[in-house]
Amino acid sequence: MRVLALAGRRLLSSLPTLLLILVGIFLLLQLAPGDAVDALIAQTGGGADTRAAAEMRAQMGLDLSVPAQLANYMWRLVRLDLGFSSIYGKPVSTVIFERLPATLLLMLSALSFAFFFGLVLGVLAARRVNGWPDTLISTLGLVFYATPSFWFGLMAIVLFSVHLQWLPAGGLEEIGAGYTGLRRTLDIAAHLVLPTLTLGLIFLAIYLRIMRASMLEVLSLDFVRTARAKGLDETRVVVRHVLRNALLPMVTLIGLQAGTMLGGSVVVESVFSLPGLGRLAYESVVQRDLNTLLGIVFVSAVLVICVNFVVDLLYARLDPRITP
Amino acid sequence: MSAVLAIQGLTVALPQGADRPHALDQVSLDLNAGEILCVVGESGSGKSMTAGAVMRLLPPGVAITGGAVIFEGQDLATADEATMRRLRGARIAMVFQEPMTALNPLRSIGDQIGEMFRIHTDLLKAEIEARVLSLLAEVHIPDPRQAARAYPHELSGGQRQRAMIAMALALDPKVLIADEPTTALDVTTQAQILHLIKDLQRRKGTAVLFITHDFGVVAEIADRVAVMQHGLVVEEGPASQVLNAPRHAYTQSLIAAVPPLTARAPRAISAEPILVMQDVRKTYRTGGFLGRGGRVTHAVRGVTLMLPKGATLGIVGESGSGKSTLARCLVRLVPPDGGSVALDGLDLASLTRRQMRREAHRIQMVFQDPYGSLNPRRRAGELVAQGPMIHGTPRVEAMRRAKALFELVGLDPASTERFPHEFSGGQRQRIGLARALALEPEVLVADEPVSALDVSVQAQVLRLLAELRERLGLSLVFITHDLRVAAQVCDLVAVMKDGEVVEHGPIARVFEAPEHPYTQALLASVPGRDFARKN
Repeated sequence: MRVLALAGRRLLSSLPTLLLILVGIFLLLQLAPGDAVDALIAQTGGGADTRAAAEMRAQMGLDLSVPAQLANYMWRLVRLDLGFSSIYGKPVSTVIFERLPATLLLMLSALSFAFFFGLVLGVLAARRVNGWPDTLISTLGLVFYATPSFWFGLMAIVLFSVHLQWLPAGGLEEIGAGYTGLRRTLDIAAHLVLPTLTLGLIFLAIYLRIMRASMLEVLSLDFVRTARAKGLDETRVVVRHVLRNALLPMVTLIGLQAGTMLGGSVVVESVFSLPGLGRLAYESVVQRDLNTLLGIVFVSAVLVICVNFVVDLLYARLDPRITP
Repeated sequence: MSAVLAIQGLTVALPQGADRPHALDQVSLDLNAGEILCVVGESGSGKSMTAGAVMRLLPPGVAITGGAVIFEGQDLATADEATMRRLRGARIAMVFQEPMTALNPLRSIGDQIGEMFRIHTDLLKAEIEARVLSLLAEVHIPDPRQAARAYPHELSGGQRQRAMIAMALALDPKVLIADEPTTALDVTTQAQILHLIKDLQRRKGTAVLFITHDFGVVAEIADRVAVMQHGLVVEEGPASQVLNAPRHAYTQSLIAAVPPLTARAPRAISAEPILVMQDVRKTYRTGGFLGRGGRVTHAVRGVTLMLPKGATLGIVGESGSGKSTLARCLVRLVPPDGGSVALDGLDLASLTRRQMRREAHRIQMVFQDPYGSLNPRRRAGELVAQGPMIHGTPRVEAMRRAKALFELVGLDPASTERFPHEFSGGQRQRIGLARALALEPEVLVADEPVSALDVSVQAQVLRLLAELRERLGLSLVFITHDLRVAAQVCDLVAVMKDGEVVEHGPIARVFEAPEHPYTQALLASVPGRDFARKN
């Protein structure tokens, strides 16, 4: 009940955030010169037939005032209609939902990878603080954090795909191989290994540092001494008393970084030519496809809000002190 | 009597670079069956280290280098880690000072007590649950079933400490080590917990090693006393002997520093008021977003008090009584919601922020925590000079005055160049005093100024405060939870409970013939009150 009340309130309070993001992006894009019609004409290489252009604008509602366009857009959003992409010739929702799975898959796998190994390495480093495992892990973390992810991705392709030929260099799956079932799953997994590592390593470095720091902090607290005085051995002290307390800052961080991760996926999707949201966003900016871009912003914002929502619930589950 | 736990020539080395080579130097103590042995000392005396060494739970870098700890025929100083784990909790249990932080905040009370059985016994789940409930009932927690399900933050400090004691006594240990178990508690709660420990100890025949800095607590509970100083046991003997006829000079000075509960002879107080509080109110509200019920706390509800010129008004009460909020209202660190605070006829509560900043030098505050209330990145002299500089004194002049103030509060004027961490707790409190005095205030509001200090240092700071009051003609509002301290410095006293003043008047009258039942309960709870009166 406590968790449900918290959940409901968090969802309600995220609505203004969503609205603010959409209005902000809409207005920002209005400042950029040119619109979808210009881009379409430029793409078809056609001359400037002003009347045809004006007709197209009227048809798309681009001749209205900015507030009217904004109002139109919002009204359509309320009915979950993201509009029509003139560049792709499909409804925006179709375009986005074709691309969403790849991004979700990438985010989820990178997050799990970073979280799990960040946690394990952080705990190991904290248990042997200032010993050689700690130094090694901390140095590795710094290297991962300092390396730009595109470079890391490119080098991984050179090594694992070109030289060793262990893993595919790009794409989400072997197109035209016609795999089904388990074989297809394995194929996709193989394609995702390098992108996941590339996107996840930076986050792994962050999580590992946070986990190490918060483990050290919790280990110095009084209740850990109480646990030892009860006769618990070190492993059980860590697993039963320290870990859950130390996890709290990590969980907060996941929520905060969901957005950063979406941003990072633009680069990784480009390097590994994955058909995901990040690349779609880049393409629609270049092509001035306002509807698609707004759709992507909407979906990304919803995604980040969802992740934060789950994180909040998780946090409330982990920490009984949170009151609704 | 046979010793259950015999500490023989125990020596514990501190890491290199510490202020002394040994935390404990040849400490020998015998804890007999069924007795309470109090180990008394000031901070840094090694009393907590003794407990840590017995449990073999010493901080990293600190190690036992000599001596033996004989328990049930075994030397704990050399026993292997597995043996120690079997003994910890089961045969030798421990209760810690801070009930707030000594329990894991994320696990329920029942779960944490039950863990004792899960580690050391093969009892079934249902059996463990039944045992936990009976333990909670034994330490007199109201509604054990609910307490077992509760998380630590849902219980009060006293209840948490009861839960800690229940946990420690879960497996009927031979020895209970209690490390300042009542220091963080309110005085009435402290009295209850002391009573509980004594009662349980008597019924179960547990030997208790009780560590404390408070001679009042010693007088209340101890069968035998060992006094420690700088890692040495300087005196040991039956409680009555050590308390009434201390032989060692250090013990004598410690006992002399314990403030007596009886009020001093009343001074002549001027009839002219300097600070008049009229119906001061402060209510805290939390939350309230999107229609959920916010919490409302009436911290101060209508306090009316008067401080005569040159007098000291004590405000005593337990935690949550609103005394600190009242202090903050007086200096407008917290804006009061209603009422007036008239300083020499000028109502501070109705001033604008800008006006208040101009008047701020007339009423200054000294804070409790000598560690947290000084900016660690600035030099002590600057901290003192800052106030006058803000009010327009040139820097050179302010620094010169800072040096003079350092001398006034008994610090070396040359130490203005040092940083706060280079001073001891008592010295820091002197800096805090100098900082407040730098603005030449008419009224000084001191919020628990000596609560974080050792008893001997406490006596020095109190003496300094009284001296400054005479010399500078200060009027003092003195907030404290410690009735013995109040008895020493105050002319008038107001007792607060739940945001209200339940009784006030000249201190001798209030302490000798308290009218309100709450005041009576407070006075009755002072540990070792007979000892304190006699003293």
